[in-house]
Amino acid sequence: MGAQLRVYKRRIKSVTATKKITKAMEMIAASRVVKAQRKVAASTPYATELTRAVTAVGTGSNTKHPLTTEAETATRSAVLLLTSDRGLAGAFNSNAIKAAEQLTARLEAEGKEVDTYIVGRRGLAHYNFRERKVSESWSGFTDEPTYADAKKVAVPLIEAIEKETADGGVDELHIVYTEFVSMMTQTAVDSRLLPLRLEEVAEESHTKGEILPLYDFEPSAEDVLDALLPRYVESRIYNALLQSAASKHAATRRAMKSATDNAGDLITSLSRLANAARQAEITQEISEIVGGSAALADATAGSDR
Amino acid sequence: MAAELHVALVAADREVWSGQATLVVARTTSGDIGVMPGHQPLLGVLESGPVTIRTSEGGTVIAAVHGGFISFADDKLSLLAEIAELSDEIDVQRAERALERAKSEEDASAERRAEVRLRAATTR
Repeated sequence: MGAQLRVYKRRIKSVTATKKITKAMEMIAASRVVKAQRKVAASTPYATELTRAVTAVGTGSNTKHPLTTEAETATRSAVLLLTSDRGLAGAFNSNAIKAAEQLTARLEAEGKEVDTYIVGRRGLAHYNFRERKVSESWSGFTDEPTYADAKKVAVPLIEAIEKETADGGVDELHIVYTEFVSMMTQTAVDSRLLPLRLEEVAEESHTKGEILPLYDFEPSAEDVLDALLPRYVESRIYNALLQSAASKHAATRRAMKSATDNAGDLITSLSRLANAARQAEITQEISEIVGGSAALADATAGSDR
Repeated sequence: MAAELHVALVAADREVWSGQATLVVARTTSGDIGVMPGHQPLLGVLESGPVTIRTSEGGTVIAAVHGGFISFADDKLSLLAEIAELSDEIDVQRAERALERAKSEEDASAERRAEVRLRAATTR
């Protein structure tokens, strides 16, 4: 076998192996998307009921709460960025990071200091590499987040928002995550969690226009609101974590699918090249034999004379 | 047909139970509260404790609920809990072990959780 042919054969073999791996990763991601989507769906009843309750208390009572009232001049904001622990997901992480950076720039242009909180090793690595300050970070659960994880993330954020701004607290809480629109579309979005915009909350739960009943609060409206709002933040973070996980798996599936397709194309063109090389080798061998025998025939013809 | 209320018991990550009922008893921070059809709209904070649901078929559903809310309006009642377990889902032995562990570690909240779980499981 000629040297060139051997090189092609070796490359085909290695690309085939890569293709097998990416194909497997694609299938794993596909099954995980379905699972993650199911989890998003399972968490919806709780989120809807909670949103309804928050709207009811917020609109039905005149209570003032630090989590619902906007500061006159907000000076510090917290931004929670949700990324994944692992890459191989196309532009998934860079889109989320880009969205967070745009939001940070916008907040800074408004004259606010920004504290960054990060979920996922990818986002953390990005910020560490640029030596930017990260207030707190979490990782290790982005593939399959549980409610306990969301709680863990929510605790310092709620603490920060309840603290006075002068003591290092924040006035606003923003979250940047990747919304799972469909299998093919996932968009990085940012939204303000706190202070609550009640109109927005009402719109989300499709309760706008619906007249909410006058509730009896047990024990009191303030206490209910006190207990309700942290749960609301947790459930929003949980929902964002789940959507982000589903989006990550969908992005992985797409990236791996195109990797598999590309490997297939590469194998086709490499086998064409290998075939051409083999044919060229054969042609050369034939012409060598023909040339050799002709030379031999000429030589014997010469000696006869 | 007697008046009924629609009950949805939802945990953070799943819907635990939903159906028609005639009476729901839950423990709020200011004491036990019973809700029957036609009750005034209500929004309360739940303590961890057992929730008893008397279904329209005459059966009883008992669940252990750890923290959350009860909200009632228009004969629709929702029980929102971070963690909620139906009594027949509870593993009694595990709960007992958890109770012992909590007692030895003097973890009051874990002890309370395990106790509630056990009570819900044994009263079924």
